[in-house]
Amino acid sequence: MSRCHHCDEFSRAAFVRRTAAEAGRGLPAIEPGMPLPAGTGLDRRAFVTRSFGLALAVYGVGKLNLFEEGIARAASGPAQPVLVSVFLPGGTDALSVLYPALDGRYRQLRPSLALDAKDGTPFAEDNRLYWHPSLQPFATLHGEGKVSVMPAVGYTHPDQSHFTSRHFWEVGATQAQLVTGWMGRYLDHAGTRDNPLQGLSLDYQLQPSLASGKVPVASLASPDDYTFWAPGVWGDVEERMLEALQPLGARRSDPFLNQAAQASAQADRLRRQLAPFTGNGYGTPVPYPDGDDGFPKQLAGLAAMLAANLPLRCVAITAPGEYDTHSDQPKALADGLDLTARSLLAFQRDLEARGLADRVLTLVWSEFGRRAEENGSDGTDHGAAGTAFLIGTRARGQMVGEFPGVTNLDEDGNLRATSDFRGVYCSLLEQWLGEDAAAVIPGASSFQRPVLVK
Amino acid sequence: MPPVYRGPFGKPQAERLLWRAGFGPRPGEAEKLAKHGLEHAVHSLTHPGRERLRGPKPHDDHGRPLAPYDAWGHDELWWLDRMVRTSRPLVERMALVWHDWFATSAEPSNARLIIRQNNLFRKHALGSFATLLEDVTRDPAMLLWLSGTDNTKDSPNENYGRELMELFTIGADRGGYTERDVREQARALTGWRNDWNDNVGPVKFRFDKRLHDPGVKVIFGKRGRFDWRDSCRLCVQHRLHPSFFVTKLWSYFVPTRPSAATKRALEHLYVRSGHSVRPVVEAILKHPALYEGPRMVKPPAVYVAGLLRAVRRGIDTEDWVWLMNLAGQQLFYPPNVAGWDDTRWLDTSTFRARWMIASRVLEPHVLKDKAQLPADASKLLSRAETFFGSPVLTGRTHGELKRFARRALGDADAKWKKEQYPPLIENALRQLLASSPDLQTS
Repeated sequence: MSRCHHCDEFSRAAFVRRTAAEAGRGLPAIEPGMPLPAGTGLDRRAFVTRSFGLALAVYGVGKLNLFEEGIARAASGPAQPVLVSVFLPGGTDALSVLYPALDGRYRQLRPSLALDAKDGTPFAEDNRLYWHPSLQPFATLHGEGKVSVMPAVGYTHPDQSHFTSRHFWEVGATQAQLVTGWMGRYLDHAGTRDNPLQGLSLDYQLQPSLASGKVPVASLASPDDYTFWAPGVWGDVEERMLEALQPLGARRSDPFLNQAAQASAQADRLRRQLAPFTGNGYGTPVPYPDGDDGFPKQLAGLAAMLAANLPLRCVAITAPGEYDTHSDQPKALADGLDLTARSLLAFQRDLEARGLADRVLTLVWSEFGRRAEENGSDGTDHGAAGTAFLIGTRARGQMVGEFPGVTNLDEDGNLRATSDFRGVYCSLLEQWLGEDAAAVIPGASSFQRPVLVK
Repeated sequence: MPPVYRGPFGKPQAERLLWRAGFGPRPGEAEKLAKHGLEHAVHSLTHPGRERLRGPKPHDDHGRPLAPYDAWGHDELWWLDRMVRTSRPLVERMALVWHDWFATSAEPSNARLIIRQNNLFRKHALGSFATLLEDVTRDPAMLLWLSGTDNTKDSPNENYGRELMELFTIGADRGGYTERDVREQARALTGWRNDWNDNVGPVKFRFDKRLHDPGVKVIFGKRGRFDWRDSCRLCVQHRLHPSFFVTKLWSYFVPTRPSAATKRALEHLYVRSGHSVRPVVEAILKHPALYEGPRMVKPPAVYVAGLLRAVRRGIDTEDWVWLMNLAGQQLFYPPNVAGWDDTRWLDTSTFRARWMIASRVLEPHVLKDKAQLPADASKLLSRAETFFGSPVLTGRTHGELKRFARRALGDADAKWKKEQYPPLIENALRQLLASSPDLQTS
């Protein structure tokens, strides 16, 4: 059995989020002072006085009557830019993602973990840095001018709690009490009330960054898994069985019988809408990595949905791998980055092959970076500034903020941020999504906007 | 006294009662209960005698006994098994009510402590609410969940004091208490602590008067050197508590709000009985609104346990853990301290989960396509109904199921199809029946 190398807080936070989000409802504060995750959290005070409208909005009875119409209308409109958020859970080690191989201080801080120059690929924009060996796919895309690198992105007064820092990134502010996600708030302004697919959580539950206050958003683990199977039923009989869902869902006079009937009818409608993606699945013009992990398949499904002109605007997904590398870092990090980067390269190639590349930008982020000095168990502890990437043919392809180096660490021994994630969000809103950032990001005027889009 | 239902008490009424006050009938139980009449039927539920567990013993996917304290998800299976096999369905149902009322997650404690709390709910299922409240207040899982052991005289924590009033006894936004009352309750509730054992986790929960704030507090305008027992007592004696209590309790059994007269009568009953749960539940179970009003959506735990009871199947797989989770109810992991939202069980996502639950219930009973069955829609449907203990169906559902069977039989345009389709149709009828609006509600 492999050793568990993440910290308790991480697994606990992840677990609580999982259970809460699966229920799609409120969430207990797990520690005093801990913020509640957006959307799942609905700060507990508000919860009892106000009904849920976020995660469940898409499924809410009545809403789905609008679903088809909304999709049809939105799909017939002009192609909209799409933002995909890819979260690397656990706090990715920035000093391994892009590492200063020849820096004496780096080798001193990382006696067992330091990576050698010969293992990675030189980073063209800063000759001190090398790409992690698993990130060759990113190096390739960067060479094509399709990756903007943020080598040290973070915020002032960094918080080293997974839970808190992730929450900040998700809500787009360093505010513990904010309960809507930054993309959810964008959709509240720019989205519509009848198109749940505008905010798509590619997951079994809502990704908190998509938690909206007003408009519906959707959660779908994979477009091809919304199927209805019954044991010992196949062929004509199976078709007839599924046909029966609709009449069984016909309106009933009893309100709760009707609620159950509606669920049946709406499930049938969604099943039909997603039918092109189920059964035989969907084709992909390029190969994606094989394996058990759902990530490459979800990205392939996403490209297929975009190709089918489904009206997606913001999409959130969690990357494979586990980045909270308190111990046994080398293998865990290499494995996670490898599958993530190969999948994202395939996704990019897929979009290019389908002629969709100019419509999609992908932001890859983690809640923080890790401590510059390694710990005693082949790992690193929680740090501050981390690495983020913006990928796409429309990404400017130039570094945002410089690499701060390892000689001038902060008082906790962590990398200092040279860009602010809230400024990055402002730029994405204004330069990519065409929305006034002030309407979405608290205190937007105080953040510098890097040029991210070309 | 609140009004009592005087209409006919036949199988449909008995079936509804068994679903609302338990986990549905085993085959034949509704018919049997109907013979006794409403009065006796309710009495048998509220005075069930000693618990006897009936049916196959639970085991995991490998045929091993459940390990509720140790194996992930087995705590939930352990309870589900009680729901399926119990001879005291109302007691188990009340335990589910209290689990939602005092919604505590196993997350900050562990399976051992959450099962201990669960047994508390079972013990006080129909007893004194005042005693239940006291026991919950000092229950280890609750002390960890709502920061009871973090609440000390030097650094008071308002978590429990607030929920005690807001969610457990009085209700928010009713003018029942002020923010000052919250702070003073927190002070009165100080003094709980526990030790930590590296092997078993939190242990030795106890009141330590050195951590208790002995000073004078003012709660609901009353002054005194209050402690945790006073906190509970003051809440139960609060003028707004009886109305909160009966309304909340009612909502677990009847989906529409009680009339003002019914509410008053229930409050009266509650106070006169010395804050006893049983007479109030009895009155609700006999109330016309339960039999004449609309149906209710079954919570996922009730849906699963009920299907298993109907087909006389025990806990023989761990799949119920993830399936119930997909359906929106993971026992011992409520979404938050306010419990589950009973108005939102069904959506496209959880409907699919219930469909999968039905499939999983049916799997061991699936008919092979070699099975010889009559090519007759009515007979096939009647067999499917019998399979689930002949539940009462609406005309609409019955008609649609029959139409499906007729059409599917009509598709059999070759000899082999004529032979093979009937068992396929029978399997499909069971699936459609189990996931029909009729069986999702009661």
